[in-house]
Order: sequence, then C-alpha cells, then structure tokens
Amino acid sequence: MSAIDTKPTDTKPAAEAESFATSRKLDYAFYALALLVLIAAPFFVYPLFLAKVLCFCLFACAFNLLLGSVGLLSLGHAAFFGSAAYIAGHALKVWGLPFELAALLGTAAAAVLGVAFGYISIRRSGLYFAMITLALGQMIYFLAFQLPFTHAEDGLTAVPRGKLLGLFDLNNNLVLYYTAAVVFVAGYLLIHRITHSTFGQILNGIRENQPRMISLGYRVNDYKLAVFALSATLAGLAGATKTMVVQLASPVDVHWATSGDVILMALLGGVGTLFGPVVGAVLVEMLQFYLADSGLPIQMVIGAIFVLCILVFRQGIVGEINRILGR
Amino acid sequence: MADALSLAIADLHAFYGDSHVLHGVSLDIPAGECVTIIGRNGAGKTTTLRSIMGLIQKRTGSIKIAGQDVIAAPPEKVARLGVAYVPEERGIYATLDVTENLLLPRKVNDRGMSIDDIYALFPNLKERRRSQGTRLSGGEQQMLAIARVLRTGASLFLLDEPTEGLAPVIVQQIGKAIELMKSQGHTIVLVEQNFRFATKIADRHYVMERGRIIDMIPRAEVAAKATQIQQYLGI
Amino acid sequence: MSSQVIFGQLVVGLINGSFYALLSLGFAIIVGLLGIINVAQGTFYMLGAFGSWMLLNYLGIGYWPALVLSPLGAALLGMLLEKTLISRVYHLDHIYGLLLTYGLMMFIMGAFIYFYATAGRPYPVPEELRGGYDLGFMFLPKYRAWVVLMAVVFCFGTWYAIEKTAIGRTLRAATENPQLTRAFGINVPALLTFGFGVGVALAGFAGVMAAPIYSVSPLMGGDLVIVIFAVVVVGGMGSILGSIVTAFSLGLLEGLAKVVYPQGSNMVIFVIMLVVLLVKPAGLFGHEK
Repeated sequence: MSAIDTKPTDTKPAAEAESFATSRKLDYAFYALALLVLIAAPFFVYPLFLAKVLCFCLFACAFNLLLGSVGLLSLGHAAFFGSAAYIAGHALKVWGLPFELAALLGTAAAAVLGVAFGYISIRRSGLYFAMITLALGQMIYFLAFQLPFTHAEDGLTAVPRGKLLGLFDLNNNLVLYYTAAVVFVAGYLLIHRITHSTFGQILNGIRENQPRMISLGYRVNDYKLAVFALSATLAGLAGATKTMVVQLASPVDVHWATSGDVILMALLGGVGTLFGPVVGAVLVEMLQFYLADSGLPIQMVIGAIFVLCILVFRQGIVGEINRILGR
Repeated sequence: MADALSLAIADLHAFYGDSHVLHGVSLDIPAGECVTIIGRNGAGKTTTLRSIMGLIQKRTGSIKIAGQDVIAAPPEKVARLGVAYVPEERGIYATLDVTENLLLPRKVNDRGMSIDDIYALFPNLKERRRSQGTRLSGGEQQMLAIARVLRTGASLFLLDEPTEGLAPVIVQQIGKAIELMKSQGHTIVLVEQNFRFATKIADRHYVMERGRIIDMIPRAEVAAKATQIQQYLGI
Repeated sequence: MSSQVIFGQLVVGLINGSFYALLSLGFAIIVGLLGIINVAQGTFYMLGAFGSWMLLNYLGIGYWPALVLSPLGAALLGMLLEKTLISRVYHLDHIYGLLLTYGLMMFIMGAFIYFYATAGRPYPVPEELRGGYDLGFMFLPKYRAWVVLMAVVFCFGTWYAIEKTAIGRTLRAATENPQLTRAFGINVPALLTFGFGVGVALAGFAGVMAAPIYSVSPLMGGDLVIVIFAVVVVGGMGSILGSIVTAFSLGLLEGLAKVVYPQGSNMVIFVIMLVVLLVKPAGLFGHEK
C-alpha cells in the first residue's frame, strides 16, 4: 500500500551535504536541550504526572515505529501496552517481584503477543491490516474481563512499586521519575537507532514501494513482522512502566480508546518524525489532565482535534516545524 | 440531422502531477467534421482527449464546445453537453453485464439510437447481452465501448484508438459504426495509429508531437504528403 | 439443557446477526464506493436509536414514524459530514478516511455522553408487536421475529437494488471506475454522498429496531464496529451477499457459544476471524488481490 505522508529522512543528495551537517548540529543542540529539560522538569512540575507522561511518550514512539517506518497503521496497540501493564502489575503485586523483573516479564509478554498478532495481521495489508489489529486488540480486552488474575473492571489496584535493584525506593517521587526517564530515553534511543539503520531504510523502502522491494528479493513480510514485534515490545515496556508509576492496571489500558489516543499522539506530533509522538503524547496527556477537572467532554475535544489534524494538519506539529525550517 | 457540436481548443496545457504533458495545443473543428489526431506514442493524443473530457484536473487554456468554455467543467458536465468518450482502454465495467454497460451512460437527449438499433448494428453483442463485461473478447469489448455511446444522443465523439489490436473483420465493423456517426452529421475526433483506417474516414488530420500540434493535413493533401506522414508516425 | 434455552439463545444470535448484517451491509457499500472505512458506523446505529428516543420523548412521535424519520435523520447528518469533511480526504491514503471517521465517532459519542450521560434509557416495544408466539418448543416474542424479518427483507432488498436496478448499476459502475463513470454524464460526487447516506441509514435503521431490545445509550454501538470489521474480514469484501450471510452466521454462532461456553461467547467471532485469516486470508467470499 502507499503509505501515510511521511518525509523520507535519508534521501538528501550530496549537494546538500553542508546543510545536512548544519541540520545534524541543530539536531544535537535540540537533543541536548531536550535532555536538560528532561532532567530539570521534576523540579517544576509534579514528578508523578511527568513520569506517567513519559510512559505515554514511549508508547507513542513505539506505535509510530510501525506507522512511521513501514506505514502500517495498527488500531490495536493498546493490547500490547495493556497486557504488559497487567503482567507487570501481577508480578509486582502478587509475586512480589522487583520492578526491573516485573517490567521484563511484562515486556516479554508483549513481545510474544506482538509476534503472534503480527504473524496474523501482516497477512493482509492496508485497511484490512488496521481492521484485523483492532479485532485482535478487542480479544485482549475481552480476556481482561475473563481471566482470573485481571479482576474484571476493577483491574489491578494499589500495585506496590517496591525498590529498584533492591536499592532505590520507587515511592520516592524523584527516583520514580528518573527511573521512568531512563526507560523512556533507552526506548527512544533504540527507536532512533532502528530508524536510522539499514533495517529502517528497508522498512522505508517497503512503505514507499512494496512491489519493488519484493522484486529486489526482500522478504517484506519478515521485515514487517520484525518491526511489528519490536513496536509491540516497546509498547509493552511503556505499559509495564506505567503500571509501576500509577500503581494501576485496568481494562482502560487495553481498550480501543487507548489505541485511539496513541494514534492521536503520533498524528498530532507528526507521524513522519521521530520526536513528534513525544510532543503529541505530552499535549494529549496535558489535555486529558486539565479537561478531567474542567467538566468539559474529553472525548469531544479529542474527536475534534482528530478531525482537525486530519483535515488541516497532516504533518503534525513537529512535521510542520520541520517544513517551516525547510528540512 | 442532429445539431452537431463544434470544438475549439486554444493554448491547452495539461499536467499529470508535476509533469507538463500538453504544451499549448490548439484545434479548431467545425460541427459535423471528422478529424483524426495522429502521432507517435506519448505525443499527447490521449491526454488531449482526456483533457477535453475533463478527466485531467490540472489544465489551462480554453476548450470551447459549441462556444461554451469547459476548461473548468467536471467530466459529467462535459458529457451532458453531448460529448461521448470511448477510452483507449475501452473502460468496460467488469461488474456490469453487456446490457448494463450499454444502459449506463446518461442520455443527453432522445436522438440517440435505441437498444434494438444498436444490437442490429452489432449482432455479436446481442448474443452476449447477459455476459459480464470481463468475459468479452477484445473485439467485443471495443464494439461495446462504441455501442455504449451511440444510445445517449451525443453529437461530439472522442474515440481513442478504436481499432487498436483488433482483427480486420472487427475493424471493418467499427469502421461501419463510425461511418454511421459521420453520416448522421456528428462531429468526430479520432485518435488513431492505423493511418490507413484514418484516411478513409477523416476530413483532416492533426499531427501531434511532444505535446504540441505540429502539422495539419487536409484529406486532399494526404497523397502528396505521404512520405512526411510516414516520418511523423515513425513508420 | 432445555431446548428452550438453546432456541432462546439462537434467537438472540439471530437478532444480533440481524444487526451485524444491516451494519456490515452499510459498511460494505461505503467502503466499496468511497474507499472509506467508516469507523463511525456504530455511531450512526446509536444515532438511529437515540433519534427514535428523542422523537418519542420530545415530540411524542412513536415507533412507526421513527422507523423512517430516524434513519433519514442519520442519513442527512451522514451526507452533511460526507459533503463537508469526509470528501476532503478521498485523494489521500485510505488511512486518513479511517482516522477522520474515528475522530467524528469520538466527537459525536462524546457529545451524547456529555449531554445524556451513559445510563441506558428504555424504549417501549410498539403495541402492535407486544406478546409472542408459543411455538411448542419455545416462546418467540413478536418483536424479535419482526426484527429478524425486517433485517432479512432490508438486506436482500438492498442486495437486489444494487444488483438489479438502474441506481444499483450506476453505483456499481462508480465503485469500479469513478472517473470514467463521470465521463458518462453521471454526477459521481453526488452519488458518493448518496451512497454514504444509504450506508449510514442502514445503521440508523438497525438502531431504531434495537432501541426496544437494548436500552438506548450513547455507548451502544461503540464496540459494534469491531464486530463489523471481523464480519468483513471473515466474509471478504468481494460480495455483498457474502457479507450478509457471514453476518447472520456469526450472530448464530455467537448465540450457540452462549449455550455451550458462555464465558467465551463474545470472543467467538474473533476466534473465527483468526481461523479464517490463517486458512483463507482473503476471506470466505473474497478474492485474493
């Protein structure tokens, strides 16, 4: 299928090498600044809220790894996020495992699920793919109500945070925040690495012209499955961390509306960019935070932003900024 | 006799995306005349017809049908003026059977042929009237493509390579249908590679190359210009 | 297990199948004609139900007029949205159409939740259709029989209209080759608007019929579109008749599952979808592209 508007990142001709180098420098400067903000933020904003936002930032980036690189729109990513949230929650609460092991288990569960769902859904492309991922996601939602350990609509509540590596008390807000920040940065760097690798370029090639890649001898389904599984795994890491941060894993985590939220985050920030989903996640989370108290209808606002994004703002915020900067 | 439509094109430019395909095409075809557009592959003949029909969005210049400018008109509006189009790829609908294909185009007026008359002209189609569009042979598809526009009462016909790849018997039958259109006084614009077929029917020939009209040859001069025409066509 | 229970669940399955069929049919028309995955299909079902509730409670207009007025209202709103918003994304990748209708669904659903909260509101069964038939082996409520009958009539009526009438011929042509169809003097953009209206009207119609069975709530239909997706994936997009048959069968199987294994009944459709995808990825009635 022809993919969603994304700007190819690696097609700069040699003549533009100089401007490319400047743009590279700009990138480094930007990331240095972002890192500073990341470190300083908890001294200005409530760290618990920030930690939760970072989990959704990672979730949005993980989702966008699939859509942005290979152009596959998953409508069921909450399944990976939420499954990992449940598994990690169970490991923390019932088995009393430390966070690092619980997160590992949750992420591994999401990876397994990702391979299984990926195997089934990439059998069809385009719109069928999207519909299948949504249906598969809904199965997980039903399971969350049926399985004995998920506690139906209550979910897993009052999940203990425990100590990181047996040393640092995660109930300390700053420890909690920096743990989430490290998870996020690690995940983001991994996605950055994947996107800029040969593997990432092959994925771009598949997005731009799948028949050509097949005729060049690439087994495109293997690549799609691999990136699907990676995306699911990272979404799982985000979900597992979120359970520890907010001490809750509930059916909301696996509901299609959560899949919808993460799509909006990517779309609002810019699907064709790496950093866009982060911006989108921050905005959507802030919006939900403020609207929750205002009594205004959150869903209506989210729906309206969705429509606006699609009709007038398809490149997203970061995409538009890039366009204005001429990159 | 039907009120045939005249066609006047001035300085027509057309684009596919970013590529500029027609570079200022001008044609002047009085009502009731039959002209061909000839030229090599990729010269812009099909694009010219598609532009007239409104099937190419990005176009500038002027296209006047019976004096009315349709440069900004959507295809359905052009069709409703009485313009009929037979596309190069024939455009037979696979999900419609022969009769349904015939009945699809919207009637412009009541002067068109009846279904019975059409079946009399193309007996093969009558035999196959319940067949799905895709089950037809190439020749049958081409007959259907022409038959389809005879019913509507249109009086300006744009025919894109109606004889391409067909057996001589079928070419003859197609020729008969075009002769009929001509005898009824309709205006015909024919894009044709088969120059022998074209010379028998057309009053004049426009020669296209690289998105421009480079020559116009009246019927009387065809014999004299034979060598040049061969050169134009790259034969 | 009593036959009463089994047949009772089968009727419930048929009822659900009826709604699946009406919604999937409308969905299939829209996706075929416009290339738009209408995620908001369930929202128009909700609007149909809510429309009849509003007609009754605000204007005192009962079931029978509502059966016409409410789907018509849903169709008008749908056509307005198509004309003003949805038609702007036809030239883009299909993903945008899907996301746009998702946004519309959120917006409309959110508005109704905001103004009406999520609690269900009862809607009375029309007087003429109260009571039921004692068939010996089971008791069949009149209204349920009516719903199944109407669904069958409307599904096959729509199928007939598409396959055998002039407007259906034009719709099929526009689905297959919209540009060329315009060149034959047919106003395809208007036809697309009309097709979208028909598609959502079928959902609205299902909503009106559902109102007396399920209570009317902004949340109804929210998850229904996922079942429709499964129906379309199982049936394949190739044939309208295929999707009707698939919808009824899946409804029935779901009913059967409620007898055999109630805990898993809401998963059975998705399990079937999985199996079909593994065995015949193009769907039961579809063609591999």
